[in-house]
Amino acid sequence: MNGSGWNYSDKVKEHFFHPQNILESDEKEYDADGVGYVGSPACGDMMKVFIKVKDDRIDEMKWQTFGCASAIGSTSMLSVMVSRDGGMRLDEAWKITPEMIIDELGGLPANKIHCSVLGDKALREAIKDYYRKTGQEDRIPDDDKSRTICNCLDISEEDIRMEVLEGVKDFSSLQERTKIGTVCGQCVDDAKTLVNFYAGKYYSEEIYTGNNKKDTDHA
Amino acid sequence: MIYLDNSATTPLHPKVKEKIIESLEYYGNPSSMHASGRRVRAYVEQSRREVADFFNCSPEEIIFTAGASEANNTVLKSATTCCAFCNESRGHIITTNIEHPSVMNTLKCLQQQHVDVTYVKVNKKGVVDPADVEAAIRPDTVMISVMYVNNEIGTIQPVDEIAAVAAKHHIAIHTDAVQAIGKLPVNLQKLPVDFLSLSGHKIYAPKGVGVLFKRMSAKKICPLITGGHQEKSMRAGTENTIGIIAIGEAFRQLRAEMDEGNKRIKMLRDKLEDGIKSDLDGVIINGDTQRRACNISNMSFKGIEGESILLRLDMHGIAVSTGSACSTGSLEPSYVITALDVDPSVAHSSIRFSLGRETTEEEIGKTIEAVTETVNFLRRMSPLT
Repeated sequence: MNGSGWNYSDKVKEHFFHPQNILESDEKEYDADGVGYVGSPACGDMMKVFIKVKDDRIDEMKWQTFGCASAIGSTSMLSVMVSRDGGMRLDEAWKITPEMIIDELGGLPANKIHCSVLGDKALREAIKDYYRKTGQEDRIPDDDKSRTICNCLDISEEDIRMEVLEGVKDFSSLQERTKIGTVCGQCVDDAKTLVNFYAGKYYSEEIYTGNNKKDTDHA
Repeated sequence: MIYLDNSATTPLHPKVKEKIIESLEYYGNPSSMHASGRRVRAYVEQSRREVADFFNCSPEEIIFTAGASEANNTVLKSATTCCAFCNESRGHIITTNIEHPSVMNTLKCLQQQHVDVTYVKVNKKGVVDPADVEAAIRPDTVMISVMYVNNEIGTIQPVDEIAAVAAKHHIAIHTDAVQAIGKLPVNLQKLPVDFLSLSGHKIYAPKGVGVLFKRMSAKKICPLITGGHQEKSMRAGTENTIGIIAIGEAFRQLRAEMDEGNKRIKMLRDKLEDGIKSDLDGVIINGDTQRRACNISNMSFKGIEGESILLRLDMHGIAVSTGSACSTGSLEPSYVITALDVDPSVAHSSIRFSLGRETTEEEIGKTIEAVTETVNFLRRMSPLT
């Protein structure tokens, strides 16, 4: 056990010890308008998000997890963020990033950031599910907006950024997880630059406190 | 606090603590010829005899180190080098796939220097088959290194049988016995290992002192730290006199207490397991429940993650450890639990309880209650239950 993993903020501890909006009733009984599900127990992280929608706003977000303290703390925080002040608009909720959750939590230990990315992913899946169920597929944003780095395997910059948030810190582990650059190899230099950039951004300090800078200033 | 993490480290034995306080006055260098030095030398040698008495070996076979990691490094690095050719490592080493990181990472380092290593796989209970070890032997095999008791699951390896295999093939054998000392009787007249490593802070002595046993007949070792002639030139540097005096006292206490103490600890460990299993479903005991050190219980709780359990138990004032990925700072869960050929989620859900001489029956009762409450709480928010 690495002792540095214990540097949780008071806010994280508060949400971990008293998690908000957990779905304790039967899933069918709850009858959510949208359900999203990411991760797997084999990876040690799994998150399920249930939303109820009213007037295009999130009326309620409930969740369940097989996850560690940061996964519990950050998803509890997320559920509060999207449901306060009359509920967040769906298009706004779609744009929530792990950085925004980490900001609200007052920081997370750097090696725990990968645990906090599941909640917002699962929320987007739940919103997608709602859009599909209500015939609004056209509202599902185009995930390919981020520029493509590896043409052979269709891996975008955003995909690389997400891998880094999930714990990848160097090119070899990025390649191990995504197989990037194993076909034609042309993207290797670009991918190395990006993984180093994002690893530097997220892991250069022991506690990543989030920031408001744009992600584009590395070019 | 209810401290159930004695496999990570132990509190000082009160008698050891007394001895440390007393020895803070002895500042002499044991290598000095004058009275002050001679007095400390006498204490160091007394301590060496205490250790040797415990193992039924000769005091000359006891080398004091800074801990078991140093002892493991010394033995493994010596096995493949010799002083005349220190830059040239060669040969083949056999070990298992559940060794402590101080063995694993030392061997990985040697592999980069062209040493071949075979990691023999343990079975589903975490036990290595001596026949598999024998089958891995090659003409260039220079050493077999097998831990005595696993630090995460407490499984006891058949070190005696493996030592017999090593003897038959004239190969040196080392055992990392950190978690075995004080839990199992270890008689080095009967157990034919060439080298054995141990650490003081797992047996109620302080951190920073350990022992390397090197049988008189074993191959010369190349010191990791070169310098003066301390420890018969096998470990340079002025002796950690206070640590050495403390570890001698710890062994003296072990000889007096361990037989009775271990009966009590085993009874409490079994009570803990029975209590938790009768209160909760979906509890798996990892490792071999029979061939196991008396103080360790490694349990997995279906559907929930280890770090969450650990931190909630911490809130109850209970100290344990976990094999979940989130506790390691990496993305991988414990390689020991995954080596048992279980679903990876079992490793992510694992908690190690390790009892010690200070553990009480009342503490075990409170732990059963807290574990039940915690597991039920976390399972209510799990999508898997």
